[in-house]
Amino acid sequence: MEKKNEQEYTEQSGQTSKANEDGLSILGRELIRDKVALISLILLIVVVAIVYGTSIIMDKDEIVKVDLFAIHEPPSDEFILGTDYGGRDIFGQLIIGTRNSLSVAFLVTLMTGLIGVIYGLVSGYYGGHVDNAMMRILDFFLILPFIMVVIVFVSIVPKYSVVSFSLIMTAFLWMGIARLIRSKALQERELDYAQASKTLGSSNIKIMFKQVLPNLSSLIIVTMTLNLAANIGLESGLSFLGFGFPESTPSLGTLVSYATNPTTLEDRWWIWVPASVMIFVLMLAVNNVGQALKRATDARQRRG
Amino acid sequence: MNHMWKFSVRRMLIIIPQLLLLSLLVFLMAQAMPGDALTGQINPDLDPQEMQEQREELGLNDPWHIKYADWITSAVRGDLGQSFQFKMPASELIWNRMVNSFWLGVATLIITYLLAIPLGITSGRFNDSLLDSSITGYTYIGFATPIFIFALVMLWIFGYQLGWFPTSGSVAPGSDPGTFEYIVSKINHLLLPAISLGLITTVNTVQYLRSEIIDTKQKDFIITARAKGASESRVYNRHIFRNSLLPIAAFFGFEITGLIGGTVFVERIFGYPGMGDLFIQSVLLRDYTVVTSVVLLFGLASILGALISDIILSLVDPRIRIK
Repeated sequence: MEKKNEQEYTEQSGQTSKANEDGLSILGRELIRDKVALISLILLIVVVAIVYGTSIIMDKDEIVKVDLFAIHEPPSDEFILGTDYGGRDIFGQLIIGTRNSLSVAFLVTLMTGLIGVIYGLVSGYYGGHVDNAMMRILDFFLILPFIMVVIVFVSIVPKYSVVSFSLIMTAFLWMGIARLIRSKALQERELDYAQASKTLGSSNIKIMFKQVLPNLSSLIIVTMTLNLAANIGLESGLSFLGFGFPESTPSLGTLVSYATNPTTLEDRWWIWVPASVMIFVLMLAVNNVGQALKRATDARQRRG
Repeated sequence: MNHMWKFSVRRMLIIIPQLLLLSLLVFLMAQAMPGDALTGQINPDLDPQEMQEQREELGLNDPWHIKYADWITSAVRGDLGQSFQFKMPASELIWNRMVNSFWLGVATLIITYLLAIPLGITSGRFNDSLLDSSITGYTYIGFATPIFIFALVMLWIFGYQLGWFPTSGSVAPGSDPGTFEYIVSKINHLLLPAISLGLITTVNTVQYLRSEIIDTKQKDFIITARAKGASESRVYNRHIFRNSLLPIAAFFGFEITGLIGGTVFVERIFGYPGMGDLFIQSVLLRDYTVVTSVVLLFGLASILGALISDIILSLVDPRIRIK
């Protein structure tokens, strides 16, 4: 499915690379003009500030402490969002869980971005046999059933931690951005500026990273924003299945997973609904920002 | 036509290294997992000496390349090894689940296209209308909703609150295979998971179809058709839709890879006994022969799906062949 979006995207942004002299400031301007995106962005900043801010002053041990006298308590003055099966405060878990989920999503997005951009640049810039070989490898990663391969790795890695979880996710998620960057790099290297620089004797490394890369910066920002939304979903999905965050680390997906118990699903909304809403709002807001940025890079859809 | 054959043969040759790599990866996964074929059958009376002999006999002490060759030859013959937990051949265990997953996949694809085609066409034809904005709004929400949350909400509303659909299983207990009630019960169990998955997976196709139609609308041949006096409905039915629907049809193979991820969540939530549910269950039970077999089969399905899509695409779009 990613294929379609990328293809569509490449077509749309095909004409913009020329008028790219201040691509980043155009992105910023368009974002502020787009009301939905601006509200989404403000909402995101507020959530991030609250979540990272309060999680510093929160006593984490207090939140994950099992209290057998307060099992499955509905929301009250003492527990704003009630408690779970171990008598742990849901509100605290929600705050820390959101922070954990966001941090992993950020980390995975950055790492996949880094790998994908370098891989795509090298493959597209060199072209020919190098490109061919690199694309076959990429195709192979693309056909792997992501969820299952990640689950298998999560269950066989010794000393499993948040870091190894992020690395495993990264290992199977860099392909989308790599393919996109590669197709753009293939076009860029044919342009006059790249050819001229080559004739003047610039090294390939310099052309790739100092000259071609800056021209792709708005594309990279757009793609990474959209990836961030997808990664929030993937991380919470894996945690939901029980193969994301290590046990005892609060996460949004784990909170939602309590709803696989029919009694919780029907009668204890306070356990799973807030986390579900949080995931939905985060993904929707990040997506809105990403879509607005995407429109901004497309001269045909820009608002002027 | 000649180009077409060349492309297809070349494309089919690519799957050979893909299959090899997939089998190697799955084999390495299996090696990295704790335990082997004997761990499940620990007999306290068996002394370590005998255990060693059995290991030797079963080839468990062989170097890796011989083990790999043994494993792959029996896998090709359909022997995927024994399930430690259920003490039966993994292939037997998987077969029933595979049939269930197959029907879930078919039902989901039908719902996906039943929704995507009218929505995408309406949205593309009347773009920037109120109708288009509502459909686009739906796709935005669809993109932002992870399938597991959506499936839970659907189960909560239609399974528990309204009681319209059964909340788990693939068929009502006690119904006899072959009877009319059996088939009705099967479909009844299938519908809610398939609708939940379909409503989310369809948004990609809706968006794609929409932008495809908006692009086609401005092409020269459409302007020509209009200039020749073709009615608006003829322009859409005969010229635009046909052009935009073909790539959608071709993408169906790629759809398989996406479905596999979705079924894991949906089967888990609706307690639907398919391959995705079996996979999670086997990982939790540490039943590794089943785990690796499922990964192998799903990988195989994605490879074939991509192959089918690439070949259909090359039929539809000659530009791909010429490369």
